[in-house]
Amino acid sequence: MNDRRSFFVLTCLAFGFAFLYVPILSMVVFSFNASKLVTVWDSVNSPTLKWYHALLGNEEILDAAWISLKVAVINASGSVILGTLAGFALSRFTRFRGRFTLNAMTTAPLVMPEVITGLSLLLLFVALEQLIGWPAGRGITTMTMGHMTFSMAYVTVVVQSRLATFDTSLEEAAMDLGARPLKVFFVITLPIIFPAILSGWLLAFTLSWDDLVISSFTSGPGSSTLPMVVFSKVRLGVSPEINVLATLTIGFVTLIIVCVSVWMSRASRLDKASA
Amino acid sequence: MRHTAFLERFGVSGRGLVVALPYLWLLLFFVVPFVIVLKISFADVDLAIPPYTSLLQWEGANELSIRLNFNNYAFLFTNELYIKALLNSLLVAFVSTLFCIVIGYPMAYGIARARPKTRNILLLLVILPFWTSLLLRVYAWIGLLKANGVINNALMSLGLIHEPLAMLYTPFAMYVGIVYSYLPFFILPLYANLEKMDWQLLEAAEDLGCRPWQAFYKITLPLSRNGILAGSMLVFIPAVGEFVIPALLGGPNALMIGRILWDEFFSNRAWPVASAVAILLLLLLVPFMMWYQSIQARESAGAR
Repeated sequence: MNDRRSFFVLTCLAFGFAFLYVPILSMVVFSFNASKLVTVWDSVNSPTLKWYHALLGNEEILDAAWISLKVAVINASGSVILGTLAGFALSRFTRFRGRFTLNAMTTAPLVMPEVITGLSLLLLFVALEQLIGWPAGRGITTMTMGHMTFSMAYVTVVVQSRLATFDTSLEEAAMDLGARPLKVFFVITLPIIFPAILSGWLLAFTLSWDDLVISSFTSGPGSSTLPMVVFSKVRLGVSPEINVLATLTIGFVTLIIVCVSVWMSRASRLDKASA
Repeated sequence: MRHTAFLERFGVSGRGLVVALPYLWLLLFFVVPFVIVLKISFADVDLAIPPYTSLLQWEGANELSIRLNFNNYAFLFTNELYIKALLNSLLVAFVSTLFCIVIGYPMAYGIARARPKTRNILLLLVILPFWTSLLLRVYAWIGLLKANGVINNALMSLGLIHEPLAMLYTPFAMYVGIVYSYLPFFILPLYANLEKMDWQLLEAAEDLGCRPWQAFYKITLPLSRNGILAGSMLVFIPAVGEFVIPALLGGPNALMIGRILWDEFFSNRAWPVASAVAILLLLLLVPFMMWYQSIQARESAGAR
């Protein structure tokens, strides 16, 4: 690259990353601040872990986190199954009735404003309850079904793009040696696309864990998720406990992402070495 | 296609099941709900559970009548608030998209042209905020922008200002929040596009006497058109209906259609009006969604 241009690009990168990371780092720093004013640094008593203790003793937040965890795990597992099937169908079956519709139905949830999806899901659950008496009331079940509907679209994209770069000669070889299609899928295809399925699971988990809007529409009394509790607290202003929660979230996400990407780059290097 | 042999042996029933499961799920939980929203947008508000009237009515023993009530739509079009909110949402989403392009393009370009090792680290740094809760990242801006927040405190201690600037609960805060939250959504598809670029074209253009900016304008920019469009749609469409960011950063006067829908539903319990708002918003966004899908189709066709 030419020097002047590379200087310009480097400056843009530096400013861009500062923009992305200053807010995140500010939450981490202020989570150790002793002052109740949150953003005014109390240099006498800080750094302190007292808000960490406060968060771990906050029943409301812990209960909500437990509900969120349950919903996120069930959602991620269900979405992975549905999304893998959809991704497999879209990338391997080049022609079938309803291909266009399936493609549209897995693309639209990615961009659909959440208020629309949330409202429409709630009205569906209400209509179903009137019509067949199920689901009776709303809660964890309805929320999970709502989350799966948009999460599976993300899993589909991940799986589909992995299958697009997949060397099909391995599958063909297995077929020629007499393996049945189902066996080929479980013995050949699944292990090779496993990293994509794992990232799909993690993505679906995160989408559900973070979701506020669709949860608010589809949850019922007594099933407030973590984002719902955080939102009602944050509407009243900043709170030191939320900074702690953010710091823990960021730490956890960073750990998982770094581990997974190190593991994946090692796996792909092994792949290349053995090939 | 090379894998047809594989597929032919995949029995019709197995194949049908693979397609049917996700298909039926999405049909039931994604398409049918919109039909119900459409139906309820023609109903009346009622003091009942659920709070709307039925469209079908038995008149006598064997006469079923359907009453479509257009009042909700008439109400939306005669009430200035809704039209204003809709136009304002389009404007906010459009301007935010422009800012994402201006900030995100050089970043995606820089990442695509970095050395492979650096590239992976930079890419990870773009993805990381995307995996951290949107709600918490928007919350971070409250701490930065408020009257005794980080930015005001810093500027005052430097002596640049004497009174804190009013930033939180203004349109400015809302724009910052939207651009900040959606920037990774713009960078990632554009990066995926730029990564496939043949940079020798640029060298060739420069050898033939193009200045660097000219070469960029004539070669890189047109070739990355699909990446820019895909990224822009991923920002624009959800931003039009955004609820969380205007609710937390925009203050009480931030007129956004997503927020109006939320308030109609949760505060006023006006389900039919909320449904009509949703239908209107959907009709407005469907052309953009179709455009996005055709861009995606072109991109994946180009990749093969």
